[in-house]
Amino acid sequence: MESPLDSGNSLSKNLNSTPKRDNLAFGFPIFLLSESIIFVSFFVTYALLRWKNSTWFPPGVSGLDIPRAAINTVILVSSSIVLYFAERAIARHKLVKFRRLWLLTAALGVIFLIGQVIEWRNMPFGLDAGLAGATFYLLTGFHGMHVFTGVVLLLYMYGRSLVPGNYNAGHQGVSAVSLFWHFVDVIWIILFMLLYIW
Amino acid sequence: MTNISIKSASEPEQTDWKRYFSFSTDHKVIGVQYLVTAFIFFLFGGLFAMIIRAELLTPQLDVVNRSLYNGLFTMHGTIMIFLWIFPANVGLANYLVPLMIGARETAFPVLNAIAFWLIPVVGILLLFSFFLPSGTAQAGWWSYPPVSIQNPSGHLINGEFIWLLAVTISGVSSIMGGVNLVTTIVRMRAPGMTFFRMPVYVWTTLSAQLLQLFCLPALTGAAILLLFDLSLGTDFFSPFKQGDPMIYQHLFWFYSHPAVYVMALPAFGVFSEVIPAFARKPLFGYKTVAVSSLLISGISTLVWAHHMFASATPNWMRMLFMATSMLVAVPTGIKVFAWTATVWRGKLHFKTPMLFALGGVAMFLFAGITGVMLAAVPFDIHVNNTHFVVGHFHYVVFNTVSMAIYAGIYYWFPKITGRMYSEGWGKLHFWLTFIGANLNFFPMHPLGLQGMVRRIASYDPQYTGWNIVASLGAFLLGMSTLPFIANMVSSWLRGRKAPNNPWNATGLEWTTSSPPPLENFEEIPTVTLEPYSYGESHRLTTDPSSI
Ligand code: HEM
Ligand SMILES: [Cu+2]
Repeated sequence: MESPLDSGNSLSKNLNSTPKRDNLAFGFPIFLLSESIIFVSFFVTYALLRWKNSTWFPPGVSGLDIPRAAINTVILVSSSIVLYFAERAIARHKLVKFRRLWLLTAALGVIFLIGQVIEWRNMPFGLDAGLAGATFYLLTGFHGMHVFTGVVLLLYMYGRSLVPGNYNAGHQGVSAVSLFWHFVDVIWIILFMLLYIW
Repeated sequence: MTNISIKSASEPEQTDWKRYFSFSTDHKVIGVQYLVTAFIFFLFGGLFAMIIRAELLTPQLDVVNRSLYNGLFTMHGTIMIFLWIFPANVGLANYLVPLMIGARETAFPVLNAIAFWLIPVVGILLLFSFFLPSGTAQAGWWSYPPVSIQNPSGHLINGEFIWLLAVTISGVSSIMGGVNLVTTIVRMRAPGMTFFRMPVYVWTTLSAQLLQLFCLPALTGAAILLLFDLSLGTDFFSPFKQGDPMIYQHLFWFYSHPAVYVMALPAFGVFSEVIPAFARKPLFGYKTVAVSSLLISGISTLVWAHHMFASATPNWMRMLFMATSMLVAVPTGIKVFAWTATVWRGKLHFKTPMLFALGGVAMFLFAGITGVMLAAVPFDIHVNNTHFVVGHFHYVVFNTVSMAIYAGIYYWFPKITGRMYSEGWGKLHFWLTFIGANLNFFPMHPLGLQGMVRRIASYDPQYTGWNIVASLGAFLLGMSTLPFIANMVSSWLRGRKAPNNPWNATGLEWTTSSPPPLENFEEIPTVTLEPYSYGESHRLTTDPSSI
C-alpha cells in the first residue's frame, strides 16, 4: 500500500529550515504592494475630482509652487540613488562606506521633510480651501508620514549596523528598508506629477 | 537553527488552558483564539439581529426607537462581517494551513499574534460606541456619504468616528494576517508539497488572502477620506460642495464586493475537504476546483459596480458590470458541479460536518441563483434596497459561509481538542440551524419582491405575514447556538478521546497527534501524492462511521 506521506526523508530539512529573513524578502514586497493600493485610491480620487471640477484652486491662486517642489523632488530622487550605492557597498562588505551613504540618505530625507514643512507654512491656502486644499494636504501629508517612517527605519538600521558583525552577510532588514525608501520615492514622483505638473 | 524541540501533547505547556489567554505565537493557539473571539462577537451580532427581528415582528415601532434601530442594524452588519466571518475564517486558516502544508509554524508568528489581538480592540471599540453621547454609527455597514458625514451631535468622538477607526484597525489586522498567510503558503510548504498537491482549502485561503491584500486598502483609503470629511471639514464626498459621493461608492465596493469572496472562498475550501472525506471519494476535478479559486478572485475584482446599478451609474457601465458579474458564475459553478459529482454515487456518511457541508452547498445554490438575478440590471433596479437583497446576501453569509464554518469546526474539532464532539447534539444543532435559517431568510425574498424596503423599523401591515415567519425563524436560529455551545464546552472538557485521524481522511493535518504537538510534526513529512486519494488504497476506504 502506498502511503501519501513518507516521513523521515532527508529532503525534510530543506524548506522548513529556510532562514526567516527569506520570508521577509517575500512578505515585505507584498505588503508594499498592498499599501500602494491606498495611494492608488487617493490618486484616483484626486484625478476624478480634479477632472470634474473646472475651478480648482481658491480665488487668487493659480497653481502650486513648482520650483520649490522640484527642488524637493531632486533631493528625494538623489537620496534613492545614494541608497542604491549604500546597498552596493554592503553587498561588497564595505561597512564604513555603507554607513556613510546610509546616513546620507536619511539626511536627504530629513531635508526633504524640512522642505515640506516650509512649503506648508508658506501655502496660500489651508485644508479648508475646497478640494485643492483638502487633496493637497492629504496627499503630501500622507506621503510625508511615509518619508518620516522611512527616516526612522533608516536610523534604526544604522544603529544596528554599529553592532559588530551584524551585517556581515548582508541583512534582509537593510533590503526591506531600502525597498520601502524606493517605494516612497516612486510614490512621490507620481504625486509630484499629479499635484504640481498637471 | 536546526535544533527543534518537540513537546509532546502531555506536557503542561500544551494542555494548559491559560495559554489561550496569553500572547502566544503558536499558530494553533492563535487559531483557537480567533475562533472563540469571533464566536463571542457572533453572539453579539446575533443578539442585535434578534432585537431587529423582534422589532419587525409587528408593523409598528414598538421595541426600540428609530435611531437605536439604525444603530442596531449598522452594528449587526459590521460585527457580523468584521468580527465574525473574517476572524472565524482567519482562525480556521491559521490553525489548518501550516498543518496542511507540513510547516512547523507560520512565516511571521509575532505579526500573526499582533493581528489577532487587534480584533478584540475593534470589537470593544464598536460595542463601547453604544455608550457615546452621540450613540453608535447609524449609517449602515456601508456608511455611505452624505448620510455618514452628517454628525448631528457635533461631538468629535462620535459613533461614525469610532466606526471608521474600528474598520481601519480591522483592516490593518487583516493585512497583517494576509501577508502572514500568503507568505506561509508560498514559502513554508514541506518537501514535495507542490501547488497541485495542496488541499483545496489552502488554495481557497491563498485566493481569499490575495484579495484581502489587493482590495482591502481601497476601503482603508475610503475610510481615511471619509474621516477627513467627517472630522476635518473637507468635502471629498460632499455632494453639496465640489465633492462626489459616488467616488466613495466605487472605492467601497472595489473592496466590499471581493470581500464577499474573502468570506465565501474559505467556505468553498471547507466543503472541498469535508465532502470527499464523508463521501469516501476523491474530489472531482481537483485541479480545476483549485484553479477556479484564483479565477474567482480575479474576476471578483472586476464586478464591483453591480452594487451601484441604482446609483446614477451610466448605462455603458451598467452593461459592462452586468456582464462581468455573470462571469463569476462560471468558476463558482465549476465548484458546485465538482461537489455534486463527488457525492454522486458515493457512499455518504451523514456526520454533523457533512450535514453542514451539504446543507451549505444546497443553500449556496439558491444564493447563486438569486445572485445571478440581481446581476441583471432591470431586476436589480426593481428590488434594489428591498429585503430581496437582504435575503440574498444572508443566504450567502449565513446559510453558506456560516454553515461552512460550523462544518469546519465540527470536522476539525477532534484534531484541535483531541476529543470527539457529541454527534447527537451536533445533529440537533444542524437541524435547528437549517430550519431556522430558511424560515428566517427565505421570507425576505417574497417581501422584497412585494416592495418592502430594508433598514426600516416599521412597515406597512400588508407585509406582516412573512415578517412573522422570518422573526420566528430568527428566534429558532438564536436558540440553535445553545446546543452548539453545550456540545463544544462539554466535549472539550469530557469528550471521548479522539484518535489522530477519526475520519480516516487524507491530508497532512491528520498525520499528527490530536491535538498536534507544539511544532506540529515530529519530522517534516515529504509529500508524494495528490490530495484526496480516497478509494485508492484499502486503508483509506475505511468507513468513517465505524469508529
Ligand atoms: C443570526 C442570524 C441573522 C439574522 C437573524 C440576521 C438578520 C438581519 C436583519 C433583520 C437585517 C436588517 C435588514 C435591513 O433592514 O436592511 C440584517 C442586516 C444585515 N446582516 Fe444579518 N442576520 C443574521 C446573520 C448575519 C450574518 C452571519 C451576517 C454576516 C456577514 C450578516 C450580515 C448582515 C449585513 C451586512 C446586514 C446589513 C446591515 C446594514 O444594512 O447596514 N447577518 N440582518
Ligand atoms: Cu457584489
